[in-house]
Amino acid sequence: MAVTHSESPSLELPENVVVSRLDELASWCRKNSLWPMPFATACCGIELMATGAAKHDLSRFGAEVFRFSPRQCDLMIVAGRVVMKMLPVLQRIWQQMHEPKWCISMGACASTGGVFDTYAVVQGIDRFIPVDMYVPGCPPRPEQLIQAIIDLQDKIQEEGTIMGREFNTRQRQDKKRALVECPEPLTLDASRNPNLQRELSNSAINPN
Amino acid sequence: MTNTSETSTDNAVENTHVRALNAFCGPVKSSIYRNQQRVIVPVEESFDALSMLKDRGFDLFIDVTCVDYLEYRKAKHRYGLVYLLASTMNAERLTIRTFVDDPKPTVASVVPLWEAANWLEREVWDLFGIHFTGHPDLRRLVMPEEFTAHPLRKDYPLQGRGERHNFPVITRDHS
Repeated sequence: MAVTHSESPSLELPENVVVSRLDELASWCRKNSLWPMPFATACCGIELMATGAAKHDLSRFGAEVFRFSPRQCDLMIVAGRVVMKMLPVLQRIWQQMHEPKWCISMGACASTGGVFDTYAVVQGIDRFIPVDMYVPGCPPRPEQLIQAIIDLQDKIQEEGTIMGREFNTRQRQDKKRALVECPEPLTLDASRNPNLQRELSNSAINPN
Repeated sequence: MTNTSETSTDNAVENTHVRALNAFCGPVKSSIYRNQQRVIVPVEESFDALSMLKDRGFDLFIDVTCVDYLEYRKAKHRYGLVYLLASTMNAERLTIRTFVDDPKPTVASVVPLWEAANWLEREVWDLFGIHFTGHPDLRRLVMPEEFTAHPLRKDYPLQGRGERHNFPVITRDHS
């Protein structure tokens, strides 16, 4: 049985037109123009510079514009160990960056403290600021950092929204909480709880 | 082996500075290690001895640092302070050592003599907790201001006492 085109509900698209969602369009733009903020404190910073330089050429992935002002960046790359005294600076710079923003923890020290398990070194920046990607290595090769940026691009494309809903973790948790049966705070309202009613009447008869 | 490692030379020293120190603060213990003259002075007279050495031409203050001799064999004192002096006029070098003890190890500051001692003494105060009396501005140098311990003391645990965890945690909701 043949179906004629006039009966089909599909839309006729002209040539060179793609239909997409606005979220995906925004994510597509964002992921291909990441502006990294280099927070380079140690030898990982050298590999970070090598990644941006001619041989490895981070601009192939649209992330070559390193800016030293957090106001102009949307990707913080923490490269190297962060000491206790530096952590308030790191947090401040992170808060000064505009949304949407992402964070890559580059190397063993930024991710876990590395070999520096001492009183002065923070044992992983993810204890204090949010991190999207971890790069292992001591220091990682530029290829590894490039892979992390590609993975971050995939992440942005898959779960990015134009309103930044993917960052709103509290809203997500509230959504989970909405599934709980008793949304309002628990009160000892015996009239709405037959079990409690029975218990209260028992205790009234037998105070023990 | 011409390299005499430790030669205790209480009397045989030809060094005029050591002789001057001997005359100034009693018989001092001195030794030569790898051709470098070292003198131990009593802590009460350390300032006057260093002041005299400055007048004798030691115009360059290289360093002051500290050694914690906790659980060190044969150690009679807890902390050893090491002053490294140099003379740019006569191309001489001299190491002055002195010892202080708990509680409240205290030594006179030499900032009135050499301005270069300012931050060096602050560093020793920060990391070892040695009080320098007469220092104009004895604040912590390298550790955060709110830090309470002196972490290079040997009885301070390597991983700290939880100071690394006192920061606010920033989540996505805050930023």
